[in-house]
Amino acid sequence: MKIGLFIPCYVNTVYPEVAIASYKLLTHFGLDVDYPVDQTCCGQPMANAGFENKALPLANRFNSMFETFDYVVAPSGSCVGFVKDSYPKILEKEGCLSEVSSKVYDICEFLHDILKINKLPGRFQHKVSLHNSCHGLRELKLGSASELNIPSFSKVKDLLGLIEGVEVVEPAKIDECCGFGGMFSIEEPAVSICMGQDKIKNHINTGAEFITGPDSSCLMHMGGIIEKQNLPIKTIHVVQILSAGL
Amino acid sequence: MMSTQHSIAAEKFQEDKKQASWHNETLWFVREKRDRMSKSLPEWEELRTIAEKIKLHSVSNLDIYLEEFSKNAEANGVIVHWAKDAKEHNDIVYDILSKHKVKKLVKSKSMLTEECHLNPYLIDKGIDVIESDLGERILQLNHTAPSHIVMPAIHMTRQEVGELFEEKLHTEKGNSDPTYLTRAARASLRNDFLTADAGMTGVNFAVASTGEIVVCTNEGNADMGTSLPDLHIAVMGMEKVIPDHEALSVYTRLLARSATGQPVTTYTSHFKKPKKGGEMHVIIVDNGRSEILTNNEHIKSLNCIRCGACMNTCPVYRRSGGYSYTYFIPGPIGINLGMLKDPHKYTDNVSACSLCYSCNNVCPVKIDLADQIYEWRQNLDSLGAASSSKKMISLGMQFLFTHPTLFNTSLKFTSLINWVPRSMAFGLKEWEEGRSLPKFAKESFTSMWKKGKIKTIKKDEQ
Ligand code: SF4
Repeated sequence: MKIGLFIPCYVNTVYPEVAIASYKLLTHFGLDVDYPVDQTCCGQPMANAGFENKALPLANRFNSMFETFDYVVAPSGSCVGFVKDSYPKILEKEGCLSEVSSKVYDICEFLHDILKINKLPGRFQHKVSLHNSCHGLRELKLGSASELNIPSFSKVKDLLGLIEGVEVVEPAKIDECCGFGGMFSIEEPAVSICMGQDKIKNHINTGAEFITGPDSSCLMHMGGIIEKQNLPIKTIHVVQILSAGL
Repeated sequence: MMSTQHSIAAEKFQEDKKQASWHNETLWFVREKRDRMSKSLPEWEELRTIAEKIKLHSVSNLDIYLEEFSKNAEANGVIVHWAKDAKEHNDIVYDILSKHKVKKLVKSKSMLTEECHLNPYLIDKGIDVIESDLGERILQLNHTAPSHIVMPAIHMTRQEVGELFEEKLHTEKGNSDPTYLTRAARASLRNDFLTADAGMTGVNFAVASTGEIVVCTNEGNADMGTSLPDLHIAVMGMEKVIPDHEALSVYTRLLARSATGQPVTTYTSHFKKPKKGGEMHVIIVDNGRSEILTNNEHIKSLNCIRCGACMNTCPVYRRSGGYSYTYFIPGPIGINLGMLKDPHKYTDNVSACSLCYSCNNVCPVKIDLADQIYEWRQNLDSLGAASSSKKMISLGMQFLFTHPTLFNTSLKFTSLINWVPRSMAFGLKEWEEGRSLPKFAKESFTSMWKKGKIKTIKKDEQ
């Protein structure tokens, strides 16, 4: 199985440890993983700001870069959601098909649904508060959103359950947005920051040492507030916990 | 540079931290009640699907159902009017009122009359208009507009209401006990009910097969307002029509649970014909709705049953308040309806969304609110309403990201400000208000990969 590793631009530059952890996890399961070095950004920031057409050349590049792989896997639900849902629409306007959209996966989704992993080595002796990112939850359905009347499930929690020692807790207002939202965070700073502070407070109230989740963008936003205000909690991407013993 | 009117108003709303947090928590409490109620029905998601389908079916066959409705209503002795816009609506209302020499009109909340600016129009003409809904009454005494479609005065504290009543209704000084204030409002309304010459209501549902209208209230004021005077005028947007009682049963199960977390509204009143010796009028209003019908991307917004659930769940609405939006309906549905009304005038509301998609999940008629907001953003540029700084940022990003060499070279710098094109600096100030900037790692993943470091990575190196 040939896997194309898709590392979103800000993960590449700000959180390379998340990319490394993703690589370790995938190769641990014997997969043939390659990383096309010319990848940059999927175009989501422009599209969320209202400039979807600016993402067109990026969508084209992305397609040709990843077309030979069986699966494209990334540690960021929101970027995956964009490639999955928006690329077909953007490319359709140009009369093109989006080949990669059907084979792109968030890494948690991939480990859970495709590889169906049931064992991972390693320990992580900490209490972590699970952060459901909006796009992971409501677009990719990594878990059951609290608004819906459907059986409850969480793929991320299932995966964390494979790691010894980790205690997973969940904050009040379990699925509330952290307030990042790409350009929203700079266009509506007052509300965005308030949302982030509220969210972090709920995470802290669980008594956890870490906020963990499948999307680095939420963690970056909350991390920025935590640092600025010196709050007593840290952020860690879920793949870093899952790869703790690798 | 980046600010929209909404973001400026939201920042102001946030200044009073205590009040802002009270607003947030109070509406969240309603959202939680809604969750509990929706989870008590195993068939909830199925109901939503059916509700969506019935509405889509009804609005795509609007001509047929409206005709059926009006035919049946007329057969019941109701006088049906058609208004193409707000002005026609107001004129028809005034015409009926003046024929009956009405001096005092008691209203039970209708967002449609708010949309048509009916109250100031009638007051101008010397008619005494009394809002009988408690929340609406408070706002009327305060000369302000609703800030929520189901809880119109939710932005006011009970102390503020107490002070207002002290001044207007001469209640006890310093008494802001909700029961006491409600009783005082009731007592003053009683006299209005007794002396009004006409009653006006909105319409929650118009049933085509029977020609009846259905009004859902919690205070019973629609009944009070219509049972005493001989004249009842009901006003409805033309999308309110549904096929039959079976369809109605779906919506009555969804409406109250979504709106306030009650199993059903306290009063679900069916009005089918005029009372003995009286007159009943129904005014069916277009006011832009038929245009939405032809708009494939946004036709679903006509499904809305005005439950307000999307506002209660919206993290932005809860933290910015109804008045931060420039359209009279706030929140996710208001952003969309405002854009449909006049995209140039109401474009500033489009920023009030973090695209969390929670509204899509709570909406009982499954309107894809967030997707529609996303689509509106895509249209801002062609409307000439896009923020120039956002446009520059996006252009800059496109340039950078389509030039991987440049991208990778720029990664060598150590702070974001050097990395992103200078235009991105527009957003830095806003970001830094409450957040530290993310710092670059010593080496990017791409660079490590190119040097072959990743493939040789061993345990403990991370
Ligand atoms: S859009 Fe949906 S959730 Fe919002 S008020 Fe209308 S029916 Fe209710």
